Amino acid sequence: MPDSLVIKNLNASIGERPILKDFCLTVPKGEVHAIMGPNGTGKSTLSKVLAGHPDYSVQSGSALLDGEEILGLEPDVVARAGLFLAFQYPSEIPGVTIANFIRAAIVARQAKGTPFDAKAYYAELYAKMDALKMDRKFTARFVNEGFSGGEKKRCEILQLMMLKPKYAVLDETDSGLDIDALRIVSEGVNAMRGPDTGFLVITHYQRLLEYIVPDRVHIMWDGRIVHSGGKELALELEAKGYDWVKTELATA
Amino acid sequence: MAEIDENLAQREAIEVDRSKGDFKYEESYAFDAGIGLSPSVVDYISQVKAEEPWIREFRQKALKIFEGLPMPTHWATTDLDNIKFENIRYYLAKGQKAVRTWEEVPDDVKKTFERLGIPESERKFLAGVEAQFDSEAVYSRMKEELEKLGVIFCGPTEGLRDHPELFRKWFGKVIPAGDNKFAALNSAVFSGGSFIYIPKGVKVAQPLQAYFRINAENFGQFERTLIIADEGSEVTYMEGCTAPKFETATLHSAVVELVALKGAKIQYVTVQNWSANVFNLVTKRGVAEEGAEVRWIDCNIGSRLTMKYPGVVLRGKGARGEVLSIALANDGQHQDTGAKMIHAADDTTSNIIAKSISVGSGRSTYRGLVHIPKTLKNCRNNTECDALLINEHSRTDTYPAISVRGQKNSVQHEASVSKVSAEQIFYMMQRGLSEGEAMSLAVNGFVNDLVKEFPMEYSVELKRLIELQMEGSVG
Repeated sequence: MPDSLVIKNLNASIGERPILKDFCLTVPKGEVHAIMGPNGTGKSTLSKVLAGHPDYSVQSGSALLDGEEILGLEPDVVARAGLFLAFQYPSEIPGVTIANFIRAAIVARQAKGTPFDAKAYYAELYAKMDALKMDRKFTARFVNEGFSGGEKKRCEILQLMMLKPKYAVLDETDSGLDIDALRIVSEGVNAMRGPDTGFLVITHYQRLLEYIVPDRVHIMWDGRIVHSGGKELALELEAKGYDWVKTELATA
Repeated sequence: MAEIDENLAQREAIEVDRSKGDFKYEESYAFDAGIGLSPSVVDYISQVKAEEPWIREFRQKALKIFEGLPMPTHWATTDLDNIKFENIRYYLAKGQKAVRTWEEVPDDVKKTFERLGIPESERKFLAGVEAQFDSEAVYSRMKEELEKLGVIFCGPTEGLRDHPELFRKWFGKVIPAGDNKFAALNSAVFSGGSFIYIPKGVKVAQPLQAYFRINAENFGQFERTLIIADEGSEVTYMEGCTAPKFETATLHSAVVELVALKGAKIQYVTVQNWSANVFNLVTKRGVAEEGAEVRWIDCNIGSRLTMKYPGVVLRGKGARGEVLSIALANDGQHQDTGAKMIHAADDTTSNIIAKSISVGSGRSTYRGLVHIPKTLKNCRNNTECDALLINEHSRTDTYPAISVRGQKNSVQHEASVSKVSAEQIFYMMQRGLSEGEAMSLAVNGFVNDLVKEFPMEYSVELKRLIELQMEGSVG
């Protein structure tokens, strides 16, 4: 499937501990898929493995981004191939301004020697910051340094909107957000929805999915997807709780 | 094409020199003091330069001091024992033959040069330029209007010959020959460097630039710089240094003396990028008289071992001294740098901000000396040392020696060590930056607030140098 992110029989571990177990999932471009599941079930591991984090090792399986294998590639190569990860806990980079950081990321995607259009860049950056209700003074702040939880997440979505990946993985983007911030962040993501982008939204709670309404919902348990359905599945899960997953779905 | 342009630029530079009637330049082609150090080598250098007897005596006396002083291995590093003084060539002025073509220059140095755009781009914003290859300057030019104002910008040989009354008064006074072993060595065999005099009240808006290049193998470069800023004058002097990468060790041992008379301001900027075979052992000190200001901006990149502690003697009431330093120790390199502030009058203030970066097995050391005696009042010092470690094996040490006595003086000292974490690098790489780009961004972020204090052109150059270093440091 050329226009999809296709993960097949993925087995991955951290150290000796297996986390992903024959994990399978397909996210076609233009769709929003949500992964829900209790803590410790491997949701964040999935995002790190896809992004090429060096702490995780892949035993078997594949992850094809529009037909190209991304497992085993360096994290920057995966990123430039079109996979964006919005971090649950974004790192601070002291002394590096947001404007310079995003600029460096865009320059890294350009062919060597291409002149950088600073005027167009700032016009776009300011427009997107306005949409996310971020003060323009933010461009001069150092990446994530001294940010509140909500500011960090907004900054992640700003980068997502500026870098325009083919696939975006949002790892627990709702954690640490109050209801206003949640709405603004969701609007940012919704504005990006379209035929050219696929989303994988990882979340613990159904709340985020009221704002970013998914096409498909997958329930993850012990390293694999145990149940899939439409957007109503999130509500069912909310109503029945994760015990329902444990007793009924996981044993099925 | 590039080669032809290079030749043209070379010829142009030489013609400028000749038009100024600098016959010394042509004369110096044939001279080579041979290998090793002895009284006759010292006499040879003095003879070549047709120096006055007092200078010859000064050199010979310094040689004796050098021979009598032990290597400072007990407090610094035993790597100093690897300098073989008997294998070094102390004076070389070969002329055109020694100027290598670009093809002969090792790739990494060539790439550095091309990306730095030295020295053509520098000419755009400078008031004067001097370029030294090995022992002697090959290029020297200053704007005419400065000459008319009485500004002097030449080498020490010309300074001694043409301005003995100015030179002799200050030469060797800020840093006497016996200050340390390497200052003694420099005093014995010095050649090249700058002699600058800024007359009373003259404010030189654009910087004067010197560019030092070691080109010959087994060579020692011993330039000597003396800058005198007369009352109420201002000057910024910048030096850039490089050397090709040779198999054997090369020695660079300069002495720089600054004299800021009443109300004068001297800013001395160094951005050096030595290759990894260079021992860089430099003594730099300034004297600030009443209300004067001496500011060292010191960026140490490259070299095998750098030992350098720019200092200011705050001799007049209300004098100010400042050292802003950045040191980057890459794999196998040791940057032993710091600052000295000697308060010798009331109401004097000093500021030291030192940032070091250690990469791979690189090691950076901060050594500071702040001295405020109890007889003084209203003296202040602020010292900040920040170290950044890039890998598990990098190392940093801080040795601040602060002696502040008396009831009416104050001192503030802060130190921090941070590390670029694997998570930070992963985060930046997830945005599409290569590992090298991610590291250089982190390093540039670390020095960001300090670099803002630099003249613009130099902050750009420094940023590029850091990028080159970080790109080269990852597999």
